[in-house]
Amino acid sequence: MKKFFALLLALCLAMTMVASVASAEGGKVYYLNFKPEADAAWQALAKTYTEKTGVQVTVVTAASGTYSQTLTAEMDKSSAAPTLFQCGNLEGLQTWRDYMLNLSGTDFANEMTTSDFNLYGENGELLAAGYCYEAFGIIVNKALLEKAGHKLEEIKDFASLKAVAEDIHARAAELGFDAFTSAGLDGSSSWRFSGHLANMPLYYEFRDDNVTEKPATIKGTYLDNFKNIWDLYINNSATKPADLATATGDQAESEFGTGKAAFYQNGTWEYATLIGEKFGMKSEDLAMIPIYCGVEGEEKAGLCCGTENCWAVNSKASEADIKATLDFLYWVVTSEEGTAMMAEQFGPIPFKAAKASSNVFFNDANAYIADGNYVVTWAFNYTPNVDAWRAGVVDAMMQYCAGGSWDNVVDAFVQGWAVQYANANE
Amino acid sequence: MQQKTQHKRKKETVAVNSRLIRRPIQRCFAIFLLPTFAAFCIGFLWPFVKGLYLSFCTFTTTSNAKWVGLQNYQKALTDASFLHAFWYTALVAIVSLILINVLSFAVAYALTRKIPGANIYRGVFFMPNLIGGIVLGYIWQRIFNGILPTAIVLNTHYGFWGLIVLMCWQQVGYMMIIYIAGLQSVSEDMLEAARIDGANGWQILWKITIPTVMPSITICTFLTLTNSFKLFDQNMVLNEGRPYIFQNGVQIKTTEMLALNIYNTFYMNAKSRGVGQAKAVLFFILVAAIALIQLRATHEKEVQQ
Repeated sequence: MKKFFALLLALCLAMTMVASVASAEGGKVYYLNFKPEADAAWQALAKTYTEKTGVQVTVVTAASGTYSQTLTAEMDKSSAAPTLFQCGNLEGLQTWRDYMLNLSGTDFANEMTTSDFNLYGENGELLAAGYCYEAFGIIVNKALLEKAGHKLEEIKDFASLKAVAEDIHARAAELGFDAFTSAGLDGSSSWRFSGHLANMPLYYEFRDDNVTEKPATIKGTYLDNFKNIWDLYINNSATKPADLATATGDQAESEFGTGKAAFYQNGTWEYATLIGEKFGMKSEDLAMIPIYCGVEGEEKAGLCCGTENCWAVNSKASEADIKATLDFLYWVVTSEEGTAMMAEQFGPIPFKAAKASSNVFFNDANAYIADGNYVVTWAFNYTPNVDAWRAGVVDAMMQYCAGGSWDNVVDAFVQGWAVQYANANE
Repeated sequence: MQQKTQHKRKKETVAVNSRLIRRPIQRCFAIFLLPTFAAFCIGFLWPFVKGLYLSFCTFTTTSNAKWVGLQNYQKALTDASFLHAFWYTALVAIVSLILINVLSFAVAYALTRKIPGANIYRGVFFMPNLIGGIVLGYIWQRIFNGILPTAIVLNTHYGFWGLIVLMCWQQVGYMMIIYIAGLQSVSEDMLEAARIDGANGWQILWKITIPTVMPSITICTFLTLTNSFKLFDQNMVLNEGRPYIFQNGVQIKTTEMLALNIYNTFYMNAKSRGVGQAKAVLFFILVAAIALIQLRATHEKEVQQ
């Protein structure tokens, strides 16, 4: 009997070993993508590449909220782990450090025009390549603004934004549209605020304090400004603040897309959807303006530019797979099809062969920079335990919208940061 | 007629007991066990052993772990959010244990009386059990948000009772089926004898029906208790542990149960995975201990017929 059990256990072990040894002969590419909105484009591109070269390219998309879970599970499949994955912030770098191939000197990395968006290891090795940058701000429907008797040029700072928004909100019934889209705090929408809007107070605080690496604590110097803009969002929209806890991202998107609201906080990645078939907005009606929140000197602010879109190549993949992946990346950033798709989906990418983008939001972002405005960088990339911290902030914002105290938000921001930092670094 | 069937049954037993059949089964039982045993090893034993090992490690993916000793257990046991989740889970388990069993017994009792359409009702009560936890969580979240003055994620008490309502709704039907089976096996003779002796309905229920369905009560309390301790999907979808509070510099998710706490710990960052794993081992010991104690306690009350 004992022998039998021993045999069986040995068999089980052997099976797992066989599974790990049996990797592919020819290289293949497995890309774990985190942008659902770009999934279709990636699938099409992968198919084209396979048709051209015969190399198998699998693209799987995990929604941003569950990306780290999916990645953790997939990385364990020793023979079928992703060869290409996303790693866009310091948090990710810390977690996946051992799995990231040094990309310095690869053909594809040599095509890059800037290193501003890359993540590097301690010895300066290129670990994650920022393949595009993004900008976010307040998207404006200029046609609606004009209908309400206002002009984009009027909006220069928080006071003027507030004046315009409150005027539109007051006349919403007569105009047939409201100022802001619903600032939903459902998981599909809350990242716009706990991530992107929260960047404003973080950015200004870090700028004042010259923060250049992940701080253990923050002070919340600019949380009053955060409150300014948040109050403006929630009080000048068709959705009651108390209902925001369950309002979704789709809801806000369709409010803006169907002309029910003039302002919509989101980023460059929204462009394709807004002008696409579903909403059919005209690009000349769209513009993106900085998020003003009442900070001194903000009339010189530009859009919030940065990226979490970085490619990392799995260093534990087989040599053939790594080679196939690097070849695929090189093709994506140099070929006609690849650059066309990248320009369409991701705007002006930092590669030599990049195509010009028709995305007006990027053109706005560049125009602000050209006019000598300062770029609001993505300060939130320093956030410790980013998902947990954001969840705490969202929770407090929900409480606030339902009539709770603003102090909760301040606590979630400042105390939450210290708690998560301690958690992550103890 | 009765004699005939008895005779026939005897003959069958003899056939099974015959050497010709018994010998090969005795010799080759291992072959028959093999598929199930292999599945047990792959799906249960191996992950369990590996999970145990990982709880002493720090790791990013499970195939690449580094031994760190008891450190994870120390962190897990000193984590205030884990202790909070434990007490909260215990509370949910006790309340739902009582409510689910009382309700399902009552429904089963009612539906074993001869009322018209009893079978349809049984089907209707059982149906919620066929819906998965995630879907159920979303459905009930919508319902609660529609009824309650604020969203369910904003209030600890709503969150608690929301979970209880959801669990009752999902599990009452299932437990009802078990109770119905138990109630149907209560012998008519005993009930008749009791009635002739002048026992009223209440006395019959307490003195005869409940003692005889004790095996069903054992299995139902076991199931509800372990189900509530293991509750995960519903908790995650219905309220995600919200609302959160800060207590002595620790973030407490007020409606977070043990399983969700483990999950959240695991995915917090690369260093916390081992801690999540250690919590999971502690969780296993806890659930196993509770289930064993409870089984022993209720088994003693069962009557042999």
